This record gives sequence, structure tokens and C-alpha cells, in this order.
Amino acid sequence: MISPFEVIETIKMIQEENLDIRTITMGISLRDCCHPDAGAACIRIYDKITRLSRDLVKVGEEIEREYGIPIINKRISVTPIALVAESSDEEKYLRFAQTLDKAADTAGVNFIGGFSALVHKGYTKGDGRLIRSIPEALATTRKVCSSVNVATTKAGINMDAVREMGLIIKEAAQLTADQGGLACAKLVVFANVPEDNPFMAGAFHGVGEPECVINVGVSGPGAIKSALEKVKGADFGVVAETIKKKAFKITRMGELVAREASRRLGVPFGIVDLSLAPTPAIGDSVAHILEEMGLEKCGAHGTTAALALLNDAVKKGGTMASSYVGGLSGAFIPISEDAGMIDAVKSGALSLEKLEAMTCVCSVGLDMIVIPGSTPAHTISAIIADEIAIGVINNKTTAVRIIPAPGKEVGEVVEFGGLLGSGPVMKVSQFGSSDFIQRGGRVPAPIHSLSN
Amino acid sequence: MRAVLTVIGKDRVGIIAGISTILAQCNVNILDLTQTIMQDIFTMMMLVDVSKCSISFSDLSDSLESKGSDLGLSVKIQHEDIFSSMHRI
Repeated sequence: MISPFEVIETIKMIQEENLDIRTITMGISLRDCCHPDAGAACIRIYDKITRLSRDLVKVGEEIEREYGIPIINKRISVTPIALVAESSDEEKYLRFAQTLDKAADTAGVNFIGGFSALVHKGYTKGDGRLIRSIPEALATTRKVCSSVNVATTKAGINMDAVREMGLIIKEAAQLTADQGGLACAKLVVFANVPEDNPFMAGAFHGVGEPECVINVGVSGPGAIKSALEKVKGADFGVVAETIKKKAFKITRMGELVAREASRRLGVPFGIVDLSLAPTPAIGDSVAHILEEMGLEKCGAHGTTAALALLNDAVKKGGTMASSYVGGLSGAFIPISEDAGMIDAVKSGALSLEKLEAMTCVCSVGLDMIVIPGSTPAHTISAIIADEIAIGVINNKTTAVRIIPAPGKEVGEVVEFGGLLGSGPVMKVSQFGSSDFIQRGGRVPAPIHSLSN
Repeated sequence: MRAVLTVIGKDRVGIIAGISTILAQCNVNILDLTQTIMQDIFTMMMLVDVSKCSISFSDLSDSLESKGSDLGLSVKIQHEDIFSSMHRI
């Protein structure tokens, strides 16, 4: 029988250290929903999503109850809509976004991802239409999330798309100015986007994926921090070992829930995403783990090294615990969703430049960054270009989810509420990048992409 | 299905009686039982078989939790697998 100490450890991780399953995400292929008539395509999309996800929330709640582990989100990801919608002559894809929103409501999930386009080498007709529909689509729906992949290590960087995304982000912020630019919190620009990521806002169901699949994302920064509290002053070998052991236990829970959800829903199990996903709740912060390692504040010199160790140890511990690992798998460092990060920005310890360095050693990128609403579109594009270049050259996923909050200046705080938290407005460089962004075209793939 | 029932809180008269009465009424068999005082806190752990339980797992869990709050204790019942998957390879 399991020992009482082990039982207490598990219960403590859940009750006091905020250990939870962050999301069960059902990936659904919509490739068979294309139709020359957009209305008919939307009916197919709605019917397929609601049919396959009918029991998703119910099963999630049952597992939560039986195993006593909170499952915070139940979500859906779908085939990038650009691929599905472009069979129709529809000029704007708003109807498709509204259909997804309605299907998410019926399914009872809190987000649906996949209003997406993959344009790392160029646009098809549908990609262009989808991208131009993003601002209005996100402003007029509640649950739809959008992502655009603008680069891969194999293809290089589509700088035309980078330029356009700067404009799209500005427009999306303007359309939701009364909510602090909320639409931008549902929009991610990627390099090397994974096709099986269960986390929002960047989730979609990739073209190489099966008909329907269950992917699970775990969390648990609080459990890691509290394990490190017990090894104060120990050397980094001990720190890494401690994180690995805890990450193993956290991931085992994810694997169990993923297998059980897959069995009960009769849907194949895809992957467990080994991510440390923070929430604004106290005791659920990645920044506080870094500080526990001995940094006065997240953002101080040493932060990148601390994050590199954390990220690597989480993966090493987690890999052993799950049969299939995928998605983003790494520590997340969103600003507005992490109490420690918010604090670090407010106190002046953490700057955009330091964050950019941190994204070199972890997933995913510049996440939930609020910047002044007056920031020009070409500066936003240049921020994207820098971050995307890091991903392309280092053969990893990077992403930008940035909110130019209309009317807000450095020092102010924008409240998004719920899991999206609140974001302090961060300073961006006042020097322009306009001529650089105007060039357009493609940045060729790096030399090490030629690996065949 | 086997589940682990944990009772954590301040020791008092009638804890085992209160909990086991509910289990007996619901046709849940107690397979193993340990109790200990950890850091001055009473901790009881039961391994139970709920496969012949006369009510749903969710109702059983509710009635145990409400009995727990009557007694001023935290009572939880969870599927055994959550512990074995976390602590056993």
C-alpha cells in the first residue's frame, strides 16, 4: 500500500502548492469540413466540433472528482481555419470565427484555438483573408484564439507576414480599446509552431494529426518552488535533481489524466505537454522559483542561467514520466499571468530586453507583454522579428503575444481578469525600425537548416 | 475500483465511527487502515473498495466531505491510481 507520507505529499501538492492539470485539449480535424459555400462549411464545422466534444467537459469533471486533481481548463483546438475556409469564396472569415465561438459555447469549453494560418514561406488566398479577418474576428468573439506561424528553421522568416502582423496587432488592440486591447491576448505570432500544443492562445490541430486527439498540459510551479525551499543553499546539482524529481511526479499526474480522458472519450492520446504554466494566484509563479534559487528579483543578472537550469530539469524529469511528450514543453514566462513577473516589472527589475534573453532558453517567448498604445506598428513588427529570429536560429519554438494597450503609458497597469491577469505597461525602444521592416521579402533559412 | 480515503485534522472522539458508518451504509469495503499523528495532526488513511458502492462516487465523496466538515476535519476520497502513478514506477 502507498505510504501515508506519499499520500500526504500528493494532497499537499494539490491543496497547498496549486498543482493542477492546466488543460485537457481536444484536437479536432476540420479538413473534411471544406465547402465552396461558406455557410455549408460553417454548418459542417459546428456539427463536427459539437459532436466530437459532447462529453469532453463531463469527462473532465468526472476525472477531477474521482482523482481529486483540479483540471482547470477544458479546451478545443481545430485545423487552421485558413486551410478549411479557403475552399469558399468568402472574403472575410468572420462567419468562421463566430461558428467556432458558438461551438465552444455549446461544448462548454472556455477557449477554442485554430483561427490560424501557417505562412512561413508565403500566403495562399485563404491565409491572406484569414489574417486580415483576425482583428474583427477576435474583437467580436469571446472564446476564439488565433495564431499565425511566420517562420520556421527550414523555411526562414516571412518578413511580409511579420510586417503585416504588426499592423494586425495594432488594429486588434484598437477594436478592443475599451478592454485594454484584450483581442491581442488571444493572438500569437509563432516561429516553429508545434502542431500538438494544448495551451492557448497558440493551440491548433496540425495537419499531420489524427482525426481527433487528446493532449494534456500540466502545471505546478508552486510544487517546484516549495521543493526548492527545502534545499536552501545547496549546490546546483542538488537544485537540478530536486526539480527533476518534482517534475516527474507532476508529469505522472498529467499522463494518468491524459490516458484516462482518452480512454473514457474513446479518442487517441496525443501528448503530455511538460510545461510549468503559472497563474496570477499567489504560490503559482515561475518567477518565484527563479527567486528561490537565490535571485533578489526575477530579471536580475543570473536570471537567464536560472531559467535555463529550470527548463532543462523540468524536461529531464518529465520525459521519463510520460510515454509521449510534445507541445511546447518548457517553462512559460508570461508577464501578466505570473504574480512574480508582474512584481519584477513593477519594481524595475525586469525589462523587455532581459525577457528576450530569457526566451532563448525556455518556451515560449515574449508572452502577455503590455506595451504603450502609442507604439508604432513597425516597432511591434521589429519586436516580432527579433523574437522569431531567436527561434529560427536556435531551432526552437518562439512566439510573441503582445498588447499595445490603447491610451496606456509606461507605469500603468492593464487588467484583463481571470487567467489572463493584469499587465504592467513595459518600456519599448524609442528608436525606429521602420525602414528595416519596410524591406519585406523573406529572410533565408539558416545554414544549419540544411541538415539532409 | 479502489480508492484512498484520507482524514486530516484534530483528533477527537468518533472519527472512525463516523466515517466507517457512511462506508458501511454505502456498501464500501475497508481493505486497509492506518493512522498516525504527523506534526501534531491526526492523519488517517483507508484503502477502500468502491466497486460495489451503492451510490455514485461523486455522491459518496460529497457525503464523506460533509461528514468531515461536521467533525471539523478534512476528508477526501480519491482513486488509488493518482497516488500509485505519482509515487511508483
